[in-house]
Amino acid sequence: MPWWLPATSALCVVAAVVGGALVALGVAAPGFDIAGNLDDAYLWRVVWFTVLQASLSTLLSVALAIPVARAMARRQFPGRGLLLRLFSLSLVIPTIVAIFGIAAVHGRSGWVNDVLVLLGIGRANYLYGLTGILIGHCFFNMPFVARILLQAIESVPPESWRVASQFGLRSRDLFRLIEWPAMRTVLPGVAGLVFMLCFTSFAVVLTLGGGPKATTLEVAVYQALRFDFDLGRAVTLALVQLLLCGAIVLAVLQLAVPGTTALTEGRLYERPDTGGRLGRAVDGLALLLTGALVVLPLIAVAVAGFNATAAEVLARPALWHAVGQSLVIALSAGTLALLLGGAILISSRSLRHRLGRPAAAARLELPASLILVVPPFVLATGLFVLLRQVADVFALGMPLVILVNALMALPFVVRFLGGPMMEEAQRHDRLCQSLGIAGWNRLRLVEWPGLRRPIGLALAVAATLSLGDLGVIALFGSQDFATLPLLLYQAIGGFRMTEAAVIAALLSLLCLALFLVIEGGLGGLGAFRGLRRHRHV
Amino acid sequence: MRFSTLLTATLICWVPLSAAAADRTLTVYTYDAFISEWGPGPAIKQAFEAECGCTLEFVALDSSIGVLSRLRLEGESNKADVVLGLDLNVLAEAKATGLFAAHGVTAEDLALPVAWTDDTFLPFDYGYFAFVYDTETLASPPKSLKELVEAPDDLKIILEDPRSSTPGLGLLLWVRSVYGDKAPEAWAKLAKKTLTTTKGWSEAYGLFLKGEAPLVLSYTTSPAYHMIAEDEQRYQAAGFAEGHYMQVEVAAMTKSTDDPELAQRFLQFMLSPGFQSTIPTAQWMYPVIDLPEGLPAAYDKLVDPSKPLLFPAEEVAAERKAWVDEWLQAVSE
Repeated sequence: MPWWLPATSALCVVAAVVGGALVALGVAAPGFDIAGNLDDAYLWRVVWFTVLQASLSTLLSVALAIPVARAMARRQFPGRGLLLRLFSLSLVIPTIVAIFGIAAVHGRSGWVNDVLVLLGIGRANYLYGLTGILIGHCFFNMPFVARILLQAIESVPPESWRVASQFGLRSRDLFRLIEWPAMRTVLPGVAGLVFMLCFTSFAVVLTLGGGPKATTLEVAVYQALRFDFDLGRAVTLALVQLLLCGAIVLAVLQLAVPGTTALTEGRLYERPDTGGRLGRAVDGLALLLTGALVVLPLIAVAVAGFNATAAEVLARPALWHAVGQSLVIALSAGTLALLLGGAILISSRSLRHRLGRPAAAARLELPASLILVVPPFVLATGLFVLLRQVADVFALGMPLVILVNALMALPFVVRFLGGPMMEEAQRHDRLCQSLGIAGWNRLRLVEWPGLRRPIGLALAVAATLSLGDLGVIALFGSQDFATLPLLLYQAIGGFRMTEAAVIAALLSLLCLALFLVIEGGLGGLGAFRGLRRHRHV
Repeated sequence: MRFSTLLTATLICWVPLSAAAADRTLTVYTYDAFISEWGPGPAIKQAFEAECGCTLEFVALDSSIGVLSRLRLEGESNKADVVLGLDLNVLAEAKATGLFAAHGVTAEDLALPVAWTDDTFLPFDYGYFAFVYDTETLASPPKSLKELVEAPDDLKIILEDPRSSTPGLGLLLWVRSVYGDKAPEAWAKLAKKTLTTTKGWSEAYGLFLKGEAPLVLSYTTSPAYHMIAEDEQRYQAAGFAEGHYMQVEVAAMTKSTDDPELAQRFLQFMLSPGFQSTIPTAQWMYPVIDLPEGLPAAYDKLVDPSKPLLFPAEEVAAERKAWVDEWLQAVSE
């Protein structure tokens, strides 16, 4: 099999869905005038603000994630394993629930302000405005970045720590010589992904940004499509978003460097920098910030869920029907995302490892993420226009939601699985080639034992992401179709805030449970242990 | 768990949705809140099916505006017999699509505060936009829109964005109908008091209930929910002297319906107590007829605007874009 075939097949699926939707919508638009739509001062002000807030949000998320990942790598503390799993929750929680959770902690009458009043300092209104946007985006993205960086640090061969102790290297040098090079291999890719997520943010920017001054391109697309029903303008703006985001992320990917993983015999060595008062203070501060930004809003969501209506809500058959449908979607979409992501990575790994072209490999992985920058309502409308001539869109509802969710989870699979797969190739690729182990045998005997943990993690992330996604189904129109997030939005829309809070808490718990089951089931029981376990022991 | 086990489990879980078969089926496009288990949809379905011996099938789109855009995308080949849940403000645009047929219903029981003569669209509920306030944090709410606009800037309000939500557009028209060409100045003053402008009503109202601001843009009928469902008197609407802007939700039958008789029967049913009695406590809006059993007691305590404000639909259609641009300019400075 030629090296490019798996990625090409997977990317064809992405291109068919994204391209098909955009082209169908463009064709359906009467009087499609690209130039006329771009000549608009409002539009360019919006573009400028979008780029600005997305850049700041990405920088801050990454800047915070680095010390957090370091602290998690060198400290063992009770609840570390749980904290790591909580990290995967923040991306999954529906936006509106996250906004409520963040407001409960950082809002004008939030917990932080309560403490400030208690201390006699008085209230501080810091949430609504650019700070609000940054807090919101850090909540969503920082844990994800930290998790990827932690994976990179943990892939450093333990012998490095032994050598470092022998040379008596200090914490600063360890960072410069060992951790930073490890993080740099994954940083451009993950930063690009976070940039895209922040770029397309809608409700968070509008609500926590304090008003229409904080408008992203996504809002302008929504306005064009839904409010003005101007299909041509919607497609033009979606293309601007796609091209602009693509160009910026491509520029970031130029910073990609090849991995530097060396062989290890797999023994455990302790890091030499776990003592030291300064290091402890820095790690403590990083974890404290994590607590305020990520854990407290999640706790607020959980606390709100324990209310008087909980028993009654949980007794409803409609709720469990929605749970069932959500689980089917999550597991199917997760599996599909894993297969597509694996296919892309097999090709990009060859490019990186055998052909020595890391930047080209990063570019190959980029289209996998582009679906994230197509506004969901544009995607849904385009797919509707595309498919309605050939099939009954209502009957297609479920498979379509699974496909779109899988594609949305694809970039995360690529990020979580990319590093470990590269490492695996560095360890065994030559051996496999010289022994002629290939295909199914290589997958089963060589790759699977080493990759089952990251595969478990990637599948868990992809499945939980799909569990929390509202999905394009809300835009397609449905009869008997209900997922948990849909039910949640319906409850809020019907004034039932307390019932919605129960559903939100249940959704979070379900995500956590699904995560543990998949990660533990596929990754082997070792994944449960907080201790870092190196392979090939 | 082995990977293959997981895969098998996934496949087994795949339960195909079976469609109920019946001789006559009426398909109604509406928005998703209407048919949610908290909305009026389920009770209406049951009542109509018992009466007509047919199947009532709801197709739920994400929002009122989503219903219209679905219809525009589908054009003549749409599957709807009846479209329910369009807002008065998009009525002119809806009519211009030419997809709707005259209803032919004599609606003499209508008890709207404004005269209704449209031959295509029929109203099924209405309400008034209002600022709902928290009596525990705001002892004396503003008594007029002018008082709110001129209030000190530390009085915080939560608004919805007119580009993405119905109440947001409602306030835009409300300010316009009170201030006329001076609307931009009023908006500049309101902007200083605006804690945040949210995407939709849900975010705004949720933040208000979390205590983020003492005032939120909602409906005069919102307190009825708290009084009836929660026995809570804390949240009340502020009555404004200039009057309150109205929201009217309408329905119509499509030209392409294959069963015009049944569609018309549904529209007739829509104006009967069987449909209308679900409105006050499931939709939390006013019914468009006088209910035989009257309104729930809590509705007597609500702000009753002496002066309903409403622009003609044609004027909204013609000016909306300019007014939204003007608003955007005024609040972005």
